[in-house]
Amino acid sequence: MAKKTAMDCVKLARDPKRPHLKDFIKYLCSDFEELHGDRLANDDRGLIGGFATIGKEKLLILGHHKGATVEENMEANFGMANPDGYRKAMRLAKLAEKFHLPIVTFVDTPGAYPGREAEERGQAEAIAKSLEFFALLKTPVVVVITGEGGSGGALAIAVGDKVLMMENAVYSVISPEGCAGILWRDGTKAPEAAAALKITAPDLKKLGAIDEIVKEPAGGAQKDHKAACAAVKTAVLKALEELKKLDLDELLEKRYDKLRALGNFYK
Amino acid sequence: MSWFVAKSEKPKIPPAKALWAICPKCKSHFEKAAWKKNNAICPKCNYHGRLSARERIAQVADEGTFAEVFRAVSYSDHLAFHDATGPYKAKVEATIAKSGETESVVMGTCEIGGHPAMLGVMDFAFMGGSLGTGTGERIARACEQAIRERRPLVLFSASGGARMHEGILSLMQMAKTSAAIGYLKEAGLPYISVLTDPTTGGVSASYAMLGDINITEPKALIGFAGRRVIENTIHQKLPADFQSAEYLEKHGFIDKIVERKDLKAFIAKMLNYWGF
Repeated sequence: MAKKTAMDCVKLARDPKRPHLKDFIKYLCSDFEELHGDRLANDDRGLIGGFATIGKEKLLILGHHKGATVEENMEANFGMANPDGYRKAMRLAKLAEKFHLPIVTFVDTPGAYPGREAEERGQAEAIAKSLEFFALLKTPVVVVITGEGGSGGALAIAVGDKVLMMENAVYSVISPEGCAGILWRDGTKAPEAAAALKITAPDLKKLGAIDEIVKEPAGGAQKDHKAACAAVKTAVLKALEELKKLDLDELLEKRYDKLRALGNFYK
Repeated sequence: MSWFVAKSEKPKIPPAKALWAICPKCKSHFEKAAWKKNNAICPKCNYHGRLSARERIAQVADEGTFAEVFRAVSYSDHLAFHDATGPYKAKVEATIAKSGETESVVMGTCEIGGHPAMLGVMDFAFMGGSLGTGTGERIARACEQAIRERRPLVLFSASGGARMHEGILSLMQMAKTSAAIGYLKEAGLPYISVLTDPTTGGVSASYAMLGDINITEPKALIGFAGRRVIENTIHQKLPADFQSAEYLEKHGFIDKIVERKDLKAFIAKMLNYWGF
Protein backbone atom coordinates (compact mmCIF):
# COMPACT_ATOMS: atom_id res chain seq x y z
CA MET A 1 0.00 0.00 0.00
CA ALA A 2 1.19 3.49 -0.81
CA LYS A 3 2.31 5.62 2.11
CA LYS A 4 -0.51 7.42 3.87
CA THR A 5 -0.68 11.08 2.87
CA ALA A 6 -1.62 13.97 5.14
CA MET A 7 -4.95 14.20 3.31
CA ASP A 8 -5.60 10.49 3.97
CA CYS A 9 -5.26 11.29 7.67
CA VAL A 10 -7.62 14.25 7.31
CA LYS A 11 -10.22 11.91 5.84
CA LEU A 12 -9.69 9.31 8.56
CA ALA A 13 -9.80 11.98 11.27
CA ARG A 14 -13.15 13.20 9.91
CA ASP A 15 -14.65 9.75 9.38
CA PRO A 16 -18.07 9.84 11.06
CA LYS A 17 -17.55 6.22 12.10
CA ARG A 18 -14.49 7.14 14.14
CA PRO A 19 -14.93 6.84 17.92
CA HIS A 20 -16.29 10.08 19.36
CA LEU A 21 -16.49 11.48 22.85
CA LYS A 22 -19.40 9.25 23.89
CA ASP A 23 -17.49 6.16 22.73
CA PHE A 24 -14.41 7.16 24.70
CA ILE A 25 -16.58 7.72 27.74
CA LYS A 26 -18.27 4.36 27.25
CA TYR A 27 -15.04 2.39 26.87
CA LEU A 28 -12.74 4.32 29.22
CA CYS A 29 -14.97 5.25 32.13
CA SER A 30 -16.67 3.03 34.66
CA ASP A 31 -18.97 5.98 35.34
CA PHE A 32 -19.57 9.48 34.02
CA GLU A 33 -21.78 12.24 35.37
CA GLU A 34 -22.29 15.11 32.95
CA LEU A 35 -22.70 18.62 34.37
CA HIS A 36 -24.30 21.38 32.38
CA GLY A 37 -24.02 25.08 31.70
CA ASP A 38 -21.66 28.01 31.88
CA ARG A 39 -23.73 29.87 34.55
CA LEU A 40 -23.86 32.87 32.21
CA ALA A 41 -25.94 32.18 29.15
CA ASN A 42 -26.10 28.63 27.90
CA ASP A 43 -25.33 24.96 27.96
CA ASP A 44 -23.27 24.47 24.84
CA ARG A 45 -23.67 21.00 23.34
CA GLY A 46 -20.52 21.17 21.21
CA LEU A 47 -18.33 20.87 24.29
CA ILE A 48 -19.40 18.78 27.22
CA GLY A 49 -17.92 17.85 30.56
CA GLY A 50 -18.44 15.88 33.71
CA PHE A 51 -16.84 13.89 36.47
CA ALA A 52 -15.79 10.36 35.69
CA THR A 53 -13.81 7.35 36.84
CA ILE A 54 -11.13 5.77 34.66
CA GLY A 55 -9.54 2.73 36.25
CA LYS A 56 -9.02 3.84 39.84
CA GLU A 57 -8.74 7.52 38.93
CA LYS A 58 -11.48 10.02 39.70
CA LEU A 59 -11.21 12.94 37.32
CA LEU A 60 -12.94 15.51 35.14
CA ILE A 61 -13.57 14.87 31.49
CA LEU A 62 -13.97 17.69 28.99
CA GLY A 63 -14.41 17.12 25.30
CA HIS A 64 -15.80 18.26 22.00
CA HIS A 65 -19.01 16.49 21.17
CA LYS A 66 -19.81 15.98 17.50
CA GLY A 67 -22.89 13.87 18.05
CA ALA A 68 -23.83 10.47 16.65
CA THR A 69 -27.22 11.22 15.09
CA VAL A 70 -28.34 14.04 12.79
CA GLU A 71 -30.24 15.65 15.69
CA GLU A 72 -27.17 15.46 17.90
CA ASN A 73 -24.96 16.77 15.09
CA MET A 74 -27.19 19.82 14.68
CA GLU A 75 -27.51 20.44 18.40
CA ALA A 76 -23.74 20.16 18.86
CA ASN A 77 -22.82 22.10 15.69
CA PHE A 78 -20.68 19.08 14.74
CA GLY A 79 -18.40 19.73 17.68
CA MET A 80 -17.88 23.40 16.90
CA ALA A 81 -18.11 24.89 20.36
CA ASN A 82 -19.59 28.26 21.21
CA PRO A 83 -18.03 30.63 23.75
CA ASP A 84 -20.43 29.13 26.29
CA GLY A 85 -18.73 25.77 25.79
CA TYR A 86 -15.30 27.13 26.63
CA ARG A 87 -16.71 29.01 29.61
CA LYS A 88 -18.40 25.84 30.85
CA ALA A 89 -15.09 24.00 30.45
CA MET A 90 -13.34 26.59 32.61
CA ARG A 91 -16.07 26.48 35.22
CA LEU A 92 -15.84 22.71 35.55
CA ALA A 93 -12.03 22.76 35.44
CA LYS A 94 -12.06 25.19 38.36
CA LEU A 95 -14.09 22.63 40.30
CA ALA A 96 -11.60 19.90 39.46
CA GLU A 97 -8.79 22.16 40.69
CA LYS A 98 -10.68 22.86 43.90
CA PHE A 99 -11.04 19.17 44.67
CA HIS A 100 -7.55 18.23 43.44
CA LEU A 101 -8.78 16.08 40.60
CA PRO A 102 -6.91 15.72 37.31
CA ILE A 103 -8.50 16.59 33.98
CA VAL A 104 -8.56 14.65 30.73
CA THR A 105 -9.67 16.51 27.60
CA PHE A 106 -10.75 14.93 24.31
CA VAL A 107 -10.16 17.19 21.33
CA ASP A 108 -12.15 16.65 18.14
CA THR A 109 -13.49 19.75 16.41
CA PRO A 110 -13.39 21.36 12.98
CA GLY A 111 -12.89 24.64 14.87
CA ALA A 112 -14.75 27.04 17.13
CA TYR A 113 -18.21 27.88 15.82
CA PRO A 114 -18.19 30.80 13.39
CA GLY A 115 -21.59 32.34 14.09
CA ARG A 116 -23.15 35.69 14.81
CA GLU A 117 -24.08 34.90 18.40
CA ALA A 118 -20.71 33.26 18.96
CA GLU A 119 -19.02 36.54 18.04
CA GLU A 120 -21.49 38.58 20.08
CA ARG A 121 -20.84 36.47 23.14
CA GLY A 122 -17.08 36.77 22.63
CA GLN A 123 -15.70 33.69 20.89
CA ALA A 124 -12.26 35.32 20.76
CA GLU A 125 -12.37 36.28 24.43
CA ALA A 126 -13.56 32.84 25.52
CA ILE A 127 -10.75 31.06 23.68
CA ALA A 128 -8.13 33.55 24.85
CA LYS A 129 -9.29 33.24 28.46
CA SER A 130 -9.26 29.47 28.20
CA LEU A 131 -5.64 29.42 27.00
CA GLU A 132 -4.54 31.62 29.88
CA PHE A 133 -6.69 29.68 32.34
CA PHE A 134 -5.42 26.19 31.49
CA ALA A 135 -1.80 27.38 31.38
CA LEU A 136 -2.09 28.41 35.02
CA LEU A 137 -4.53 25.80 36.32
CA LYS A 138 -3.29 24.06 39.45
CA THR A 139 -4.13 20.47 38.60
CA PRO A 140 -2.75 17.97 36.07
CA VAL A 141 -4.23 18.11 32.57
CA VAL A 142 -3.91 15.32 30.00
CA VAL A 143 -4.98 16.16 26.46
CA VAL A 144 -5.98 13.58 23.84
CA ILE A 145 -6.33 14.75 20.24
CA THR A 146 -8.71 12.09 18.96
CA GLY A 147 -9.83 13.34 15.54
CA GLU A 148 -9.78 16.84 14.13
CA GLY A 149 -7.64 19.31 16.03
CA GLY A 150 -9.12 22.38 14.40
CA SER A 151 -7.15 25.52 15.22
CA GLY A 152 -8.03 27.81 18.15
CA GLY A 153 -11.23 25.90 18.89
CA ALA A 154 -9.14 22.81 19.56
CA LEU A 155 -6.27 24.56 21.33
CA ALA A 156 -8.67 26.16 23.83
CA ILE A 157 -8.96 22.77 25.59
CA ALA A 158 -5.57 21.42 24.49
CA VAL A 159 -3.22 23.27 26.82
CA GLY A 160 -1.99 20.73 29.31
CA ASP A 161 0.86 18.76 30.81
CA LYS A 162 0.79 15.81 28.45
CA VAL A 163 -0.58 15.97 24.92
CA LEU A 164 -1.43 12.58 23.42
CA MET A 165 -2.54 12.23 19.82
CA MET A 166 -4.15 9.31 18.07
CA GLU A 167 -2.23 7.99 15.11
CA ASN A 168 -4.67 9.17 12.43
CA ALA A 169 -5.77 12.39 14.07
CA VAL A 170 -4.74 15.75 12.63
CA TYR A 171 -4.03 19.05 14.35
CA SER A 172 -3.63 22.26 12.44
CA VAL A 173 -3.57 26.04 12.60
CA ILE A 174 -6.11 26.14 9.73
CA SER A 175 -8.10 23.53 7.81
CA PRO A 176 -6.35 22.32 4.65
CA GLU A 177 -9.31 23.65 2.64
CA GLY A 178 -9.08 27.08 4.31
CA CYS A 179 -5.32 27.26 3.77
CA ALA A 180 -5.66 26.19 0.13
CA GLY A 181 -8.34 28.82 -0.42
CA ILE A 182 -6.07 31.57 0.89
CA LEU A 183 -2.56 30.58 -0.19
CA TRP A 184 -3.42 28.57 -3.31
CA ARG A 185 -6.56 30.57 -4.11
CA ASP A 186 -8.09 27.19 -4.86
CA GLY A 187 -9.90 25.08 -2.29
CA THR A 188 -9.28 21.91 -4.28
CA LYS A 189 -5.57 22.17 -3.48
CA ALA A 190 -6.33 20.99 0.07
CA PRO A 191 -4.09 17.90 -0.29
CA GLU A 192 -1.11 20.14 -1.12
CA ALA A 193 -1.94 22.44 1.78
CA ALA A 194 -2.38 19.48 4.16
CA ALA A 195 1.07 18.19 3.22
CA ALA A 196 2.71 21.62 3.52
CA LEU A 197 1.15 22.40 6.91
CA LYS A 198 2.56 19.23 8.57
CA ILE A 199 -0.53 18.20 10.51
CA THR A 200 -0.09 14.47 11.09
CA ALA A 201 0.84 12.95 14.43
CA PRO A 202 4.43 11.97 13.46
CA ASP A 203 5.12 15.45 12.04
CA LEU A 204 3.69 17.17 15.09
CA LYS A 205 5.73 14.99 17.40
CA LYS A 206 8.90 16.01 15.54
CA LEU A 207 7.90 19.67 15.94
CA GLY A 208 7.32 19.19 19.67
CA ALA A 209 3.65 20.16 19.49
CA ILE A 210 2.54 16.82 20.97
CA ASP A 211 4.17 14.37 23.39
CA GLU A 212 2.98 10.93 22.40
CA ILE A 213 1.26 9.07 19.58
CA VAL A 214 -1.40 6.49 20.47
CA LYS A 215 -1.44 3.64 17.97
CA GLU A 216 -4.72 2.78 16.29
CA PRO A 217 -6.01 -0.62 15.14
CA ALA A 218 -5.02 -1.60 11.58
CA GLY A 219 -6.91 0.53 9.06
CA GLY A 220 -7.90 3.12 11.66
CA ALA A 221 -9.86 3.59 14.87
CA GLN A 222 -13.19 3.44 13.03
CA LYS A 223 -12.61 -0.30 12.41
CA ASP A 224 -12.48 -1.25 16.06
CA HIS A 225 -13.70 1.23 18.67
CA LYS A 226 -13.02 -1.09 21.54
CA ALA A 227 -9.37 -1.66 20.69
CA ALA A 228 -8.82 2.01 19.81
CA CYS A 229 -10.31 3.14 23.11
CA ALA A 230 -8.33 0.54 25.06
CA ALA A 231 -5.08 1.99 23.69
CA VAL A 232 -6.21 5.50 24.65
CA LYS A 233 -7.12 4.31 28.14
CA THR A 234 -3.69 2.78 28.68
CA ALA A 235 -1.95 5.93 27.45
CA VAL A 236 -4.13 8.23 29.59
CA LEU A 237 -3.58 6.18 32.76
CA LYS A 238 0.17 6.09 32.14
CA ALA A 239 0.24 9.87 31.65
CA LEU A 240 -1.77 10.46 34.82
CA GLU A 241 0.56 8.17 36.74
CA GLU A 242 3.59 10.16 35.59
CA LEU A 243 2.00 13.52 36.37
CA LYS A 244 0.98 12.39 39.85
CA LYS A 245 4.65 12.13 40.80
CA LEU A 246 5.15 15.87 40.36
CA ASP A 247 4.32 18.37 43.06
CA LEU A 248 2.23 21.33 41.99
CA ASP A 249 5.13 23.77 41.56
CA GLU A 250 7.03 21.30 39.39
CA LEU A 251 3.92 20.56 37.37
CA LEU A 252 3.25 24.22 36.60
CA GLU A 253 6.88 25.00 35.93
CA LYS A 254 7.13 22.13 33.48
CA ARG A 255 3.91 23.11 31.77
CA TYR A 256 5.14 26.68 31.30
CA ASP A 257 8.60 25.57 30.15
CA LYS A 258 7.02 23.31 27.55
CA LEU A 259 4.83 26.10 26.22
CA ARG A 260 7.79 28.48 26.23
CA ALA A 261 9.90 26.08 24.21
CA LEU A 262 7.31 25.82 21.41
CA GLY A 263 8.74 27.49 18.35
CA ASN A 264 11.61 29.06 20.22
CA PHE A 265 14.27 28.76 17.54
CA TYR A 266 15.92 31.92 18.73
CA LYS A 267 19.00 32.69 20.80
CA MET B 1 1.55 48.78 -43.91
CA SER B 2 1.30 49.91 -40.41
CA TRP B 3 0.81 53.60 -41.18
CA PHE B 4 -2.92 53.26 -41.73
CA VAL B 5 -3.61 50.80 -38.94
CA ALA B 6 -4.29 53.04 -36.06
CA LYS B 7 -3.27 51.36 -32.86
CA SER B 8 -6.11 51.53 -30.44
CA GLU B 9 -4.42 53.22 -27.57
CA LYS B 10 -6.47 53.69 -24.52
CA PRO B 11 -5.40 56.63 -22.44
CA LYS B 12 -3.57 55.22 -19.44
CA ILE B 13 -5.48 55.84 -16.26
CA PRO B 14 -3.54 55.15 -13.13
CA PRO B 15 -5.47 53.11 -10.59
CA ALA B 16 -7.35 55.22 -8.08
CA LYS B 17 -5.25 53.80 -5.25
CA ALA B 18 -2.09 55.35 -6.70
CA LEU B 19 -3.55 58.83 -6.63
CA TRP B 20 -5.86 58.86 -3.67
CA ALA B 21 -6.08 57.62 -0.17
CA ILE B 22 -9.41 55.81 -0.03
CA CYS B 23 -11.07 55.32 3.33
CA PRO B 24 -11.77 51.57 3.58
CA LYS B 25 -14.89 52.22 5.65
CA CYS B 26 -16.75 55.07 3.89
CA LYS B 27 -14.85 54.85 0.55
CA SER B 28 -14.29 58.62 0.45
CA HIS B 29 -11.26 59.76 -1.54
CA PHE B 30 -8.63 62.10 -0.12
CA GLU B 31 -5.29 63.37 -1.29
CA LYS B 32 -2.62 61.08 0.06
CA ALA B 33 -0.81 63.93 1.78
CA ALA B 34 -4.04 65.06 3.45
CA TRP B 35 -4.75 61.52 4.74
CA LYS B 36 -1.27 61.26 6.16
CA LYS B 37 -1.44 64.72 7.68
CA ASN B 38 -4.65 63.72 9.43
CA ASN B 39 -2.77 60.82 11.04
CA ALA B 40 -4.48 58.20 8.86
CA ILE B 41 -7.85 59.13 10.32
CA CYS B 42 -10.73 59.62 7.89
CA PRO B 43 -11.85 63.28 8.02
CA LYS B 44 -15.30 62.20 6.95
CA CYS B 45 -16.21 59.11 9.01
CA ASN B 46 -13.52 59.14 11.73
CA TYR B 47 -12.28 55.64 10.86
CA HIS B 48 -8.86 55.29 12.47
CA GLY B 49 -6.66 53.82 9.73
CA ARG B 50 -3.55 51.70 10.02
CA LEU B 51 -0.22 53.04 11.21
CA SER B 52 3.17 51.42 10.93
CA ALA B 53 4.70 50.18 14.17
CA ARG B 54 7.24 53.01 14.07
CA GLU B 55 4.59 55.68 13.56
CA ARG B 56 2.64 54.28 16.49
CA ILE B 57 5.68 54.13 18.76
CA ALA B 58 6.47 57.75 17.93
CA GLN B 59 2.95 58.72 19.02
CA VAL B 60 2.83 56.69 22.22
CA ALA B 61 6.33 56.54 23.71
CA ASP B 62 7.84 59.65 25.29
CA GLU B 63 10.34 61.17 22.93
CA GLY B 64 13.73 59.50 23.01
CA THR B 65 12.74 56.80 25.53
CA PHE B 66 12.02 53.83 23.25
CA ALA B 67 14.77 51.20 23.34
CA GLU B 68 14.03 48.26 21.05
CA VAL B 69 14.57 44.71 22.34
CA PHE B 70 14.64 41.22 20.78
CA ARG B 71 15.26 42.49 17.24
CA ALA B 72 17.31 39.35 16.53
CA VAL B 73 14.22 37.19 17.20
CA SER B 74 12.83 36.91 13.69
CA TYR B 75 10.83 34.41 11.65
CA SER B 76 11.49 30.67 11.30
CA ASP B 77 10.91 28.53 8.22
CA HIS B 78 10.99 25.19 10.02
CA LEU B 79 8.45 23.68 7.57
CA ALA B 80 10.31 24.90 4.46
CA PHE B 81 6.83 26.09 3.55
CA HIS B 82 5.98 26.56 -0.10
CA ASP B 83 2.60 27.49 -1.57
CA ALA B 84 1.25 28.30 -5.03
CA THR B 85 2.94 31.69 -5.08
CA GLY B 86 6.36 30.47 -3.94
CA PRO B 87 8.38 29.82 -0.81
CA TYR B 88 7.51 31.47 2.50
CA LYS B 89 11.15 32.35 3.01
CA ALA B 90 11.22 34.51 -0.14
CA LYS B 91 8.03 36.32 0.90
CA VAL B 92 9.13 37.06 4.41
CA GLU B 93 12.62 38.12 3.33
CA ALA B 94 11.06 40.54 0.84
CA THR B 95 8.89 41.94 3.63
CA ILE B 96 11.94 42.37 5.86
CA ALA B 97 13.84 44.14 3.08
CA LYS B 98 10.91 46.43 2.33
CA SER B 99 9.81 47.25 5.87
CA GLY B 100 13.10 47.20 7.73
CA GLU B 101 11.32 45.23 10.47
CA THR B 102 12.31 41.67 11.37
CA GLU B 103 8.97 40.50 12.80
CA SER B 104 5.33 41.52 12.97
CA VAL B 105 5.65 43.01 16.45
CA VAL B 106 8.18 45.66 17.47
CA MET B 107 9.03 45.45 21.15
CA GLY B 108 10.89 47.79 23.45
CA THR B 109 11.10 49.50 26.80
CA CYS B 110 10.01 53.11 27.05
CA GLU B 111 8.16 55.66 29.11
CA ILE B 112 4.57 56.63 28.43
CA GLY B 113 3.72 60.01 29.93
CA GLY B 114 6.55 59.42 32.36
CA HIS B 115 5.43 55.89 33.31
CA PRO B 116 7.94 53.13 32.56
CA ALA B 117 6.48 50.43 30.30
CA MET B 118 7.18 47.50 28.04
CA LEU B 119 5.66 48.53 24.73
CA GLY B 120 4.86 46.20 21.83
CA VAL B 121 3.33 47.33 18.57
CA MET B 122 2.22 45.02 15.77
CA ASP B 123 2.64 46.11 12.17
CA PHE B 124 -0.08 44.94 9.80
CA ALA B 125 2.22 45.61 6.85
CA PHE B 126 4.48 42.77 8.03
CA MET B 127 2.83 39.59 6.65
CA GLY B 128 -0.62 40.87 7.64
CA GLY B 129 0.54 41.26 11.21
CA SER B 130 0.44 37.50 11.46
CA LEU B 131 1.46 35.70 14.63
CA GLY B 132 4.57 33.69 13.85
CA THR B 133 6.97 31.92 16.18
CA GLY B 134 9.14 35.05 16.30
CA THR B 135 6.14 37.22 17.18
CA GLY B 136 5.09 34.88 19.98
CA GLU B 137 8.63 34.58 21.27
CA ARG B 138 9.04 38.36 21.42
CA ILE B 139 5.79 38.73 23.35
CA ALA B 140 6.65 35.95 25.81
CA ARG B 141 10.12 37.43 26.40
CA ALA B 142 8.58 40.86 26.84
CA CYS B 143 6.30 39.51 29.58
CA GLU B 144 9.24 37.90 31.36
CA GLN B 145 11.36 41.05 31.15
CA ALA B 146 8.39 43.13 32.30
CA ILE B 147 8.05 40.88 35.37
CA ARG B 148 11.78 41.21 36.15
CA GLU B 149 11.75 44.98 35.75
CA ARG B 150 8.26 45.55 37.20
CA ARG B 151 7.05 47.23 34.01
CA PRO B 152 3.44 47.37 32.86
CA LEU B 153 2.85 45.82 29.44
CA VAL B 154 1.16 47.83 26.69
CA LEU B 155 0.53 45.90 23.51
CA PHE B 156 -0.99 47.25 20.29
CA SER B 157 -2.43 44.47 18.12
CA ALA B 158 -3.02 44.57 14.38
CA SER B 159 -3.28 41.15 12.83
CA GLY B 160 -5.17 38.78 10.59
CA GLY B 161 -4.35 35.91 12.95
CA ALA B 162 -1.85 33.06 13.17
CA ARG B 163 0.77 32.74 10.41
CA MET B 164 -0.17 29.52 8.65
CA HIS B 165 3.20 29.37 6.87
CA GLU B 166 4.66 28.36 10.24
CA GLY B 167 2.06 25.64 10.76
CA ILE B 168 1.13 24.24 14.16
CA LEU B 169 3.86 26.19 15.95
CA SER B 170 2.17 29.44 14.97
CA LEU B 171 -1.02 28.13 16.63
CA MET B 172 1.06 27.24 19.69
CA GLN B 173 2.11 30.89 20.02
CA MET B 174 -1.45 31.61 21.08
CA ALA B 175 -0.97 29.31 24.07
CA LYS B 176 2.56 30.51 24.78
CA THR B 177 1.71 34.21 24.79
CA SER B 178 -1.45 33.67 26.84
CA ALA B 179 0.53 31.71 29.44
CA ALA B 180 3.18 34.42 29.65
CA ILE B 181 0.51 37.09 30.04
CA GLY B 182 -1.20 35.01 32.71
CA TYR B 183 2.01 35.00 34.76
CA LEU B 184 2.55 38.72 34.15
CA LYS B 185 -0.89 39.42 35.61
CA GLU B 186 -0.24 37.02 38.51
CA ALA B 187 2.85 39.08 39.30
CA GLY B 188 0.51 42.02 39.87
CA LEU B 189 1.54 43.89 36.75
CA PRO B 190 -0.94 45.60 34.47
CA TYR B 191 -1.49 44.69 30.85
CA ILE B 192 -3.20 47.20 28.59
CA SER B 193 -4.27 45.69 25.28
CA VAL B 194 -4.99 48.08 22.43
CA LEU B 195 -6.82 46.32 19.61
CA THR B 196 -6.30 48.35 16.46
CA ASP B 197 -7.71 47.84 12.98
CA PRO B 198 -7.79 44.92 12.26
CA THR B 199 -7.41 42.43 15.12
CA THR B 200 -8.87 39.06 14.20
CA GLY B 201 -8.39 35.28 14.31
CA GLY B 202 -5.74 33.79 16.53
CA VAL B 203 -4.51 37.13 17.81
CA SER B 204 -7.93 38.30 19.00
CA ALA B 205 -8.36 34.76 20.43
CA SER B 206 -5.21 35.04 22.52
CA TYR B 207 -3.22 37.96 23.93
CA ALA B 208 -5.24 40.77 22.35
CA MET B 209 -8.39 39.87 24.34
CA LEU B 210 -6.55 39.27 27.60
CA GLY B 211 -5.91 42.85 28.65
CA ASP B 212 -6.69 43.94 32.18
CA ILE B 213 -8.34 46.52 30.03
CA ASN B 214 -9.01 46.16 26.32
CA ILE B 215 -9.21 49.42 24.43
CA THR B 216 -9.55 50.26 20.77
CA GLU B 217 -9.92 53.09 18.25
CA PRO B 218 -13.08 54.20 16.41
CA LYS B 219 -14.35 51.77 13.75
CA ALA B 220 -11.56 49.22 14.17
CA LEU B 221 -12.41 45.71 12.95
CA ILE B 222 -12.20 43.19 15.78
CA GLY B 223 -13.44 39.62 15.62
CA PHE B 224 -12.65 35.94 15.66
CA ALA B 225 -14.03 34.42 12.45
CA GLY B 226 -14.15 36.29 9.17
CA ARG B 227 -17.41 37.91 8.07
CA ARG B 228 -17.64 35.77 4.94
CA VAL B 229 -17.00 32.53 6.82
CA ILE B 230 -19.82 33.39 9.20
CA GLU B 231 -22.22 34.41 6.44
CA ASN B 232 -21.52 31.14 4.67
CA THR B 233 -22.13 29.20 7.88
CA ILE B 234 -25.37 30.83 8.99
CA HIS B 235 -26.67 31.76 5.52
CA GLN B 236 -27.55 35.25 6.69
CA LYS B 237 -26.28 38.73 5.96
CA LEU B 238 -24.61 40.30 8.96
CA PRO B 239 -25.27 43.87 10.13
CA ALA B 240 -22.98 46.55 8.70
CA ASP B 241 -21.39 47.34 12.06
CA PHE B 242 -20.72 43.65 12.86
CA GLN B 243 -17.26 43.20 14.48
CA SER B 244 -16.66 46.95 14.68
CA ALA B 245 -15.12 48.58 17.73
CA GLU B 246 -18.52 50.08 18.54
CA TYR B 247 -20.23 46.67 18.25
CA LEU B 248 -17.65 45.04 20.52
CA GLU B 249 -18.07 47.80 23.08
CA LYS B 250 -21.84 47.37 23.00
CA HIS B 251 -21.45 43.63 23.63
CA GLY B 252 -19.09 44.15 26.54
CA PHE B 253 -15.69 43.12 25.26
CA ILE B 254 -14.04 46.53 25.02
CA ASP B 255 -13.50 48.87 27.96
CA LYS B 256 -13.34 52.04 25.92
CA ILE B 257 -13.01 53.36 22.40
CA VAL B 258 -10.32 56.02 22.50
CA GLU B 259 -9.50 58.53 19.78
CA ARG B 260 -5.95 58.28 18.51
CA LYS B 261 -5.05 61.73 19.75
CA ASP B 262 -6.10 60.77 23.29
CA LEU B 263 -4.57 57.28 23.46
CA LYS B 264 -1.28 58.14 25.07
CA ALA B 265 -2.86 60.32 27.75
CA PHE B 266 -5.46 57.61 28.43
CA ILE B 267 -2.83 54.90 28.90
CA ALA B 268 -0.78 57.16 31.17
CA LYS B 269 -3.89 57.98 33.18
CA MET B 270 -4.71 54.30 33.75
CA LEU B 271 -1.12 53.52 34.77
CA ASN B 272 -1.34 56.44 37.16
CA TYR B 273 -4.60 55.13 38.70
CA TRP B 274 -2.98 51.76 39.25
CA GLY B 275 0.13 53.19 40.87
CA PHE B 276 2.64 52.53 38.12
